[in-house]
Amino acid sequence: MIGALGTLIRRELMLAFGLGGGARGSAGFVMPIIFFLAVATIYPFAVGPDAQLLGRTGGGVIWVAALLASILPIDRLVQADVDQGMIDQYVVRGLSEELIALAKTIGHWLSFGPPLMLAAIISAGLLGQSAEQLIIVEIGLACATPALAALGVMIAALTAGLRHGAALGGLLLLPLAVPLLIFGAGSLTPGSQNGLLLLAAASLLLTVICPIAAGAAIRAGRE
Amino acid sequence: MAQDAAISKGFDARGFEGGAALECAGLACLRGGRILFRGVSLKLEAGEALHVTGPNGLGKSSLIRVIAGLLPAYAGEVKANGRMALADEKVALDAGQPLARALGHWARLDGSVEAEIADALAAVDLAHLADVPVRFLSTGQRKRALLARISLSRAGIWLLDEPANGLDTASIARLGDLMARHRVGGGIVVAASHQPLPLEGAQTLPLADFVPVARAGEAE
Repeated sequence: MIGALGTLIRRELMLAFGLGGGARGSAGFVMPIIFFLAVATIYPFAVGPDAQLLGRTGGGVIWVAALLASILPIDRLVQADVDQGMIDQYVVRGLSEELIALAKTIGHWLSFGPPLMLAAIISAGLLGQSAEQLIIVEIGLACATPALAALGVMIAALTAGLRHGAALGGLLLLPLAVPLLIFGAGSLTPGSQNGLLLLAAASLLLTVICPIAAGAAIRAGRE
Repeated sequence: MAQDAAISKGFDARGFEGGAALECAGLACLRGGRILFRGVSLKLEAGEALHVTGPNGLGKSSLIRVIAGLLPAYAGEVKANGRMALADEKVALDAGQPLARALGHWARLDGSVEAEIADALAAVDLAHLADVPVRFLSTGQRKRALLARISLSRAGIWLLDEPANGLDTASIARLGDLMARHRVGGGIVVAASHQPLPLEGAQTLPLADFVPVARAGEAE
């Protein structure tokens, strides 16, 4: 079972990073990262180069950008595998839908979380964040990105097979991710270290529940 | 022809724990509020084959999917000894990956080794396309790639849905050769097709006999 999980994750990573030809649009992990950086870049244009204002609001912008960036990959996470018959083949081999969803979650996080955390360093610079603020943002993203990846996979599983599923995915993800945003951005307020603890708790809960829900959704989607 | 040489140096059905067996009793399938078929029973021992026949739309694919466990049986049960390999209209190979690497994903899951991929590709005359991305293969080549995936699976029970669709005469002969080798090695083949298949000594299951009377006219 563990061996199968490793094989599934290996394939997810090969597809996400576009190795060996890359299927779902080569190197699909790049797009959300570019989007994330783009938001951080245009924000100073919109509010002006007031260092104090940027320093105060920039952390929140990073969080909003991270949430929006996590919407982009949703449409390619599950639908393609259903269409191609990959899921059927896994099930015939006795792999549970939950295991498939878990592999997709881990694979998606590895191609989304660490690159986003790297890009956050650049964003923090653009948005005039201090080193202390950057550290809190990075800890927060490390806590939250597994949950964002798990939510993405769950919503991808729920909307697989629906027309306009991609647009629906964004609408579904945002409200579910609101706790992450509140605790994540809230932890940036000076003297509120509890924000990170609550963020970690919310993230843990979502990361555990979502693969189970995603597995059920994949099973139900098979008719 | 060079293709014939490829067949003879192919591979034998091996790798699964012998003694595959498949038994279904009183299978019925309900889809969209209608009974597609009912009372389907079959019993296959190692080396035996079954050809499910009938016109399009009768429920042959649904029967295959019920046996594979992908659709719930409305009634009846499936008892299988040995793993199953399913070949339907979906190739399940990553379109952007080179053929050998796409097959490698399944080989890794099924516990086959690298060398067997080359053998399996040679057996369906695709060895020269091992490095070509799957998306550039023609319909017939994809179908043959799917057969290579099946023969790599080490599964005792092959479930083939319209395996001869899109294959030319030479490829149908190769399909017959693969199925024969699999059966010699103690495997079981269940194939659903509206057209004749190169399956010697196979039982046939005319699915039309198990379709409720109210639906019998629809198949035309």
